[in-house]
Amino acid sequence: MQKLIQWIDARLPIVEAYEKHMSKYYAPKNFNMWYFFGSLAMLVLVNQLVTGIWLTMSYNPSAEGAFASVEYIMRDVEWGWLLRYLHSTGASAFFVVVYLHMFRGIMYGSYQKPRELIWIFGMLIYLVLMAEAFMGYLLPWGQMSYWGAQVIVNLFGAIPVIGEDLSLWIRGDYLISGITLNRFFALHVVALPIVLLGLVVLHLLALHEVGSNNPEGVDIKKVKDENGIPKDGIPFHPYYTVHDLLGVGVFLFIFCAVVFFFPEMGGLFLEKPNFEPANSLKTPEHIAPVWYFTPFYAMLRAVTVDLFGLSAKFWGVVVMGAAIAILFVLPWLDRSPVRSIRYKGLLSKIALLVFVVSFVILGYLGIVPATEGRTKAAQILTTLYFLYFILMPFYTRMEKTKPVPERVSG
Amino acid sequence: MRKLIVGLFMILLPTLGLAAGVAVPLDSMEPDHTNKESLQRGAATFANYCMGCHSLEYARYKRVADDIGVPVELYEENLIFNGAKVGELMKISMNKDMAGSWFGNPPPDLTLESRLRGEDWIYSYLRGFYKDESRPLGVNNVVFDNVGMPHVLVDLQGLCAVKPAIGHKSSVDPLSGNIRNADVCTEWALEGSMTSAEFDRAMYDLTNFLSYMGDPVMVERERLGMFALIFIVIFTLVAWLLNREYWKDVH
Repeated sequence: MQKLIQWIDARLPIVEAYEKHMSKYYAPKNFNMWYFFGSLAMLVLVNQLVTGIWLTMSYNPSAEGAFASVEYIMRDVEWGWLLRYLHSTGASAFFVVVYLHMFRGIMYGSYQKPRELIWIFGMLIYLVLMAEAFMGYLLPWGQMSYWGAQVIVNLFGAIPVIGEDLSLWIRGDYLISGITLNRFFALHVVALPIVLLGLVVLHLLALHEVGSNNPEGVDIKKVKDENGIPKDGIPFHPYYTVHDLLGVGVFLFIFCAVVFFFPEMGGLFLEKPNFEPANSLKTPEHIAPVWYFTPFYAMLRAVTVDLFGLSAKFWGVVVMGAAIAILFVLPWLDRSPVRSIRYKGLLSKIALLVFVVSFVILGYLGIVPATEGRTKAAQILTTLYFLYFILMPFYTRMEKTKPVPERVSG
Repeated sequence: MRKLIVGLFMILLPTLGLAAGVAVPLDSMEPDHTNKESLQRGAATFANYCMGCHSLEYARYKRVADDIGVPVELYEENLIFNGAKVGELMKISMNKDMAGSWFGNPPPDLTLESRLRGEDWIYSYLRGFYKDESRPLGVNNVVFDNVGMPHVLVDLQGLCAVKPAIGHKSSVDPLSGNIRNADVCTEWALEGSMTSAEFDRAMYDLTNFLSYMGDPVMVERERLGMFALIFIVIFTLVAWLLNREYWKDVH
């Protein structure tokens, strides 16, 4: 065995790679619960890839056969129902862990210098993940798949001049059809997963280059021992591998409870109208995207005024796009001398709370049908969402921060 | 830990919104996929009264026979009327285009009806027909207004002359002392062969069968789910001990 490793290592630096990323990657010893979600995202990604491959073996990507092939998987394929529920629940679980992972980053300032690139790669992963989920949702070819895709692709039509042609180009047809289904299938199972995997590698390489942040926001590389090892760092393997294993256990318990006992999650993970085959002649009463898109959908609907001769719908798309785009520049909006929320001032703490509450309530408003009152609420909350970012350069500089200790305390 | 729980709770918060939004009041129905007698009676009712127009085209006869505990030969003799093989999908011979011109819309496939509309809806709908001369077929439904489907179970239920009180609990009128809504229907235009209680029971069975049809693997899934969760608990326990052992010397 040892010989084999030596043989390979002489030709490919596997030992060096193992040491750099596992046994000699020194992570701060004070990670808390919030640090589980990165490794859990990897776990869910693997789940999606594996179950996805097996689903592809029985799925039929055509307008005539897609819906029936999903039911074929659910009823006739051995363990097909399990693969399908693991995949559909996995999609929602992916967004749960990614949102919590992003919140961790925001809370502890993990995007700050020198980790800006990690954050950017992470945001790109989030963007690709949204595209991946959106295209995957068309594949069961149910009513909500169909009309959800119709609504979202039509959004591109709101762009002046090129809009109509652009949405036609995306669909490949005048309405969502088998042609759209085929190209979404190709993108969902081949193109986007490749991009996603590439971005995950970049995210991790960038992370391992500068090292992990921690809940204290302390730079552990400042205090090193005689061997150049950070005093507050511990090797990722075995310490955090066994630690993450514990997180995996807790996560799998919740995940499997959903898969085996509540796979529809009350209509949140699998929407009821999607148990009816797509019908281009019958619009459902109420079209709502899946829960992970609803905060942005609420922002889209919150814009109700035409401006500068452009439709409200167009400005809604702009607002929705801006809500995601603004996250990319977060590292340059935060002017605080400290990273972690623990040492930031009261203003930052209030702002973060308002931001999270706004995002969650917007998520709720995006699920329920719009009423006048709800639209008003969505407008206020959308404003608060943006104010969190726009005012960040000011409140992070104005407020009094607490001194950050030299070493991590625990 | 507290932060984590609050975080998870926030993620689940939007579920509260799904409880709202049902316009028509419905009677509730609690399906039981382990009650095989009920499923068998429901399957028989479905084959005799529904399957002329409604297919179950994603399900196969043999799987259904096995799941509800009917010997395949017996099922073949009594519940397959179109000469289909037991391994075939439960399709029907009605032509969809022609059915569309007869009823306005072709009768939908019902394999997934319970997951689309829910058991309460089906149970209420089946008991919601009443006499309405203004409609082409002389009947209407309180759950599905202006429905295109005829009241095929009229022989069993009879025909209610007034709107049935679906979704209303029975109560005592404080003035007269009479019991209100003791029965779904207070005035009959036609008598059926079943009493009201018998018909409710038959519709419970039929709804239960359709509930099974929508999610045939539910009983097996939940049985396996228990094993999966028990395994994960043991795994987590081992992981916790391992973690504690390794982290003993980290200060």
